[in-house]
Amino acid sequence: MSILVNRNTRVIIQGITGKIATRMAERAIASGTNLVGGVRPGRGGSRHLNVPVFDSVAVAVTETKPDATAVFVPPQHAAEAMIEAIEAEIPLIVCVTERIPILDMVRVKAALTGSKSRLIGPNSYGIITPGECRIGVMPDRPHTPGKIGIASRSATLAYAAVDQTTRLELGQSTSIGIGGDPVHGIGFRECLELFLADDKTAGIVLIGEMGGSDEEQAAALLKENKAKKPVVAYIAGMYAPAGRRMGHAGTIDFFGDRSAAGKVEALRDAGATVVDSPTQIGHAIRQALWRQ
Amino acid sequence: MNLHEHQAKSLLHQYGASIPDGVIATTPEQAAAAAGSLGGDKWVIKAQIHAGARAQAGGVRMVGSADEAAQAARDLLGKRIVTAQTGPDGITVRKVYVEKACDVAREIYAAILVERAKAAVVVLVGRDGGKGVERTLARRETLFELPFTEDRVDTTGISAMAAFLSIDADLASRLVDMLSAARKTFIGLDARLIEINPLAITTDGGVVALDAKMIIDDNAMWRHPDLEELRDEDDQDPQEKAADQFEMNYARMDGNIGILTMGAGLGLATMDMVVNAGGRPANFMDVRPMANRDQVAEGIRLLLNDKRVKVILVMAMGGGLLHCDTVAEGLSTLFRQAGAAKPVVYYAAGTGKEISELTLRNQGVPAAITGSMEEAVEEAVRIAGSGER
Repeated sequence: MSILVNRNTRVIIQGITGKIATRMAERAIASGTNLVGGVRPGRGGSRHLNVPVFDSVAVAVTETKPDATAVFVPPQHAAEAMIEAIEAEIPLIVCVTERIPILDMVRVKAALTGSKSRLIGPNSYGIITPGECRIGVMPDRPHTPGKIGIASRSATLAYAAVDQTTRLELGQSTSIGIGGDPVHGIGFRECLELFLADDKTAGIVLIGEMGGSDEEQAAALLKENKAKKPVVAYIAGMYAPAGRRMGHAGTIDFFGDRSAAGKVEALRDAGATVVDSPTQIGHAIRQALWRQ
Repeated sequence: MNLHEHQAKSLLHQYGASIPDGVIATTPEQAAAAAGSLGGDKWVIKAQIHAGARAQAGGVRMVGSADEAAQAARDLLGKRIVTAQTGPDGITVRKVYVEKACDVAREIYAAILVERAKAAVVVLVGRDGGKGVERTLARRETLFELPFTEDRVDTTGISAMAAFLSIDADLASRLVDMLSAARKTFIGLDARLIEINPLAITTDGGVVALDAKMIIDDNAMWRHPDLEELRDEDDQDPQEKAADQFEMNYARMDGNIGILTMGAGLGLATMDMVVNAGGRPANFMDVRPMANRDQVAEGIRLLLNDKRVKVILVMAMGGGLLHCDTVAEGLSTLFRQAGAAKPVVYYAAGTGKEISELTLRNQGVPAAITGSMEEAVEEAVRIAGSGER
């Protein structure tokens, strides 16, 4: 098993004819992803990368019965694209687009409430179950099928954790980018729940940063029901100034009380191993697995 | 994008919130004339800078005559104001806002923002406003959340706020009108934050926005091209401004190690590692995934031109979109043009690592190519000479 996506996941891409979408779709097909179609208004009836292109998500859903959609749509239209996917009841929506207005995400979240869809992102590297399905902009190398579940706000730090767990021959069950935006889809808490329930995942890595309360919510979950799997966390931004955008819009927190240090404390208090440097993630999770 | 107080107030006013009459002045003479034209016998002269805590720093003066208005403007214009929010260098005052003073019975606090855990716009009210409450939002639990259904607050909501503030229902209802207008402003203009502090209840029972802070969502500026003219780049950091044009995210820090990383998370992590190793970052700079080598070169140029920077630390982590070789090519391009002006420490992993290291060697970039993040950080800290305390 793995979480959310596997070799059977039927995937469509919204904005499939775009340059980046095309590049990433080629990679996805090459690594075994079951790409069944794409959406590009005005290009319905054509084929791209040997899959059919549709004018709307609704038609694509009728014709291809997708389990997941990848939203590769520019920020001006990304919210509409996500809402279209929610209305078409696609179970998993993955949005990689960065710089979407926050009020657009408020509308998307309202549409998600009570819907049949789950959202990953936006401003996310996506989700990958190595060797089976990749939806997003991550590199293929050095992902390897394995037993570590990774959830991260940052793409590059997730790649670092992937690199380390691959070198240590642990591999990854699934890696999810929850995204760097303040209002986003699934958070660390939900990722933890999924990884804890997944047979293939033996250990879990969370990579957070200052701002927001995703890490605190994950810590609360760990505290409520003692995890049967080791959790290793790294939180970036211990020395970053508060209230400023440090690349990710999500680092701005007007409430000002969600410091990296506070998150580290909450996670340690809940029994997670929190490392001081992103280079220690791999070894820490290996040691934690040995101790079990 | 940060707006000045007078800009924020004028926008709030367009959406129906009441504000004191005021005029912008850039000379003492204009300030005196403004006081005359506004009428009344008391005015407030306020420095217009993008930072809170102005009053404590002497940026707000109460005056009782046109002469005093001119004198206050003379004192403030050209002065550097340093507050908790400006950084150590402070910000130079180029404009003052001359405002008719009103008779204040009570000052309260109001803020509108998106509360991320709820993924919703919230309107928050605090019992006390004014000086010394710049950190009010950090005490979220002490604030009252005005319950909106669609765009309205029902009588139960109004009564609850009246009880929270210990005011009568009439006044509460006027306050709700003002906050509804502010909320419309927030949604209509794609704000990230509107703070009205203090929000004054006047002796004659009026509600007035005495001070206002407004931040517009940078990601939504394409929806509001008309707001672009309100941008005051005078007090934006010049490096930050330049980096914006090259697909870089830049934030100034006060050290001497120039940092360029692929990815924001890696940037935060690198800063933490530098500080833990005893060094001091001069900046945070993150190359966005769509950047090309020329943009990377411009980013490095910012660090080369920054006199504070003694060493440039580059952390490359190749992903699916941006590969390490783009960063190495950017470095090479710039060093061919600008010469080896500053030492560079380089670490790469992921897509394009090998080819990027080869590029640096072949192009003769004098970079110390390191084998781990720790090694890179230690080397940069050593060169910066800030390792010993």
